[in-house]
Amino acid sequence: MNGPASGDLFVLLLAVAVILIVATVIGRILRERYSPDGTNAVVENLYSRILAWWGMVALLGLAFLAGRLGVVLLFAFCSFAALRESLTLTATLRADHWSLVACFYLVLPFQYWLIWTDWYGLYTVFIPVYAFLFLPIVAALRGSAENFLVRVAETQWALMISVFCISHVPALLTLRIAGFEGKNVLLIAWLVFTVQFSDVMQYVWGKLLGRRRIAPALSPSKTWEGFIGGTLTASVAGTLLWWITPFSPAQAFVMALAVTLLGFGGGLVLSAVKRDRGVKDWGNLIAGHGGFIDRLDSVIFAAPVFFHLVRYFWASA
Amino acid sequence: MDVKGWVRRAAIFLAGNAILLFARFVTAVQPVWAGSAPEQRQRIYFANHTSNGDFVLIWAVLPRHMRQRTRPVAALDYWLTTPLRAFVGRDVFNAVLIDRRPEMRTEDPLEVMLAALDAGASLIIFPEGRRNEAPGGLLPFRSGLYNLGAARPGVELVPTWIRNLGRVMPKGEVIPVPLNCTVSFGAALHVGEGEGREAFLARASAALAALGAPAAPGGTGGGAP
Repeated sequence: MNGPASGDLFVLLLAVAVILIVATVIGRILRERYSPDGTNAVVENLYSRILAWWGMVALLGLAFLAGRLGVVLLFAFCSFAALRESLTLTATLRADHWSLVACFYLVLPFQYWLIWTDWYGLYTVFIPVYAFLFLPIVAALRGSAENFLVRVAETQWALMISVFCISHVPALLTLRIAGFEGKNVLLIAWLVFTVQFSDVMQYVWGKLLGRRRIAPALSPSKTWEGFIGGTLTASVAGTLLWWITPFSPAQAFVMALAVTLLGFGGGLVLSAVKRDRGVKDWGNLIAGHGGFIDRLDSVIFAAPVFFHLVRYFWASA
Repeated sequence: MDVKGWVRRAAIFLAGNAILLFARFVTAVQPVWAGSAPEQRQRIYFANHTSNGDFVLIWAVLPRHMRQRTRPVAALDYWLTTPLRAFVGRDVFNAVLIDRRPEMRTEDPLEVMLAALDAGASLIIFPEGRRNEAPGGLLPFRSGLYNLGAARPGVELVPTWIRNLGRVMPKGEVIPVPLNCTVSFGAALHVGEGEGREAFLARASAALAALGAPAAPGGTGGGAP
């Protein structure tokens, strides 16, 4: 790792490693006490989640190490996996084959190429405007009217969630902030840390104190106690990390509150989609967590708004 | 030194792994062990048939030691038509090739499959006989499954449901759309004593259809990190 961000990034990764070591030790103790024969589902799930976190942090660390190309490729792959998961749950027909092919092999790579080349004017409208108009035309050319509105709407929604929103994480690298040159990767590190830490703390507070459910029909595990405890804890943690960002401590708190609230909303919305489709998880590629969208739901909702807030208030043109 | 044989084995190994890697990339295929365990037993996996890639997915989810002893049953009149297909079908997949054209046959398909079983292999068969493009129900089963099960009662007959692959690559399309697929393995069946052909095939078809019925798959408990 080199460049102006390396020292701060190293400290942050070290702190995350300490958190994970503590979590792993707690996980092992819980396992020895409550699940010595591996039959306590909650404890076993917690433990595999912690192990998967090691893998995810290592992967993100490696991407940071590989620089801008590494980050763009990592999130392009996340988009690919998320798109694969979200389109799996749609009601598309054979007549959608060519528009689905276009989603994967044209829209996704082109969006990330636009991010790579820093074409701001196009990557912010490419999917909401051009894909939005072009894909229904392709679907219509195949001639089936059956369920047409549902099919094109679901396809567009999958693209927005999986490609457009996620691509705003690597897009943070393109912002030009005076006095912060070469350190943009820290914006990604701060965003991902704050939002994911909020998810973790919502889980922890919910398990410890959770009583009143927020939306039992959507997500049995989301409680007011977990929500308030988690977003506040993570916002404080995000504030304490103000020194790696271009924000003052007060600004860092407001930004952290914004991204954790959006992240909570993302978790709720994407839970609702899962309940609607009768599945518990989006996929099962990340042991203990489910699919990519299960893990990224909060980042998906937080990233575009965070990007535009930073761009509007801190970036120069 | 048998250079030619060595090159051939290397080509088979590379082609097999390339096909598996591609299948996993496109489908992120995962096994669901819903009644059978991933154990080394002699089995006949009988599966729904929606795509040419069906047995690749079954192959991809089996543990390596089981995969090496599991052979798909495939149509000789398809797989031996070009050298490339012959290489993939006979050498990479190690398929048990049977001729669908009665007038061209030199060997009875049942005897060919029984010989493979007697050599210790597990088999993958598609009792619908051809690709089923209609959404919903299974086509009527052919008799092969019953004949094999009656002739070798010790072999487990495992219903195997491949979900979603028909959407990844509908018939007539060339480019696959990546979508998550699963392969579910149900509880093993055996041909009952005195059980007739019709009764057994109906039971086997019902077991496979039940495995494919939409049901909420298991999860991790939703929403938590």
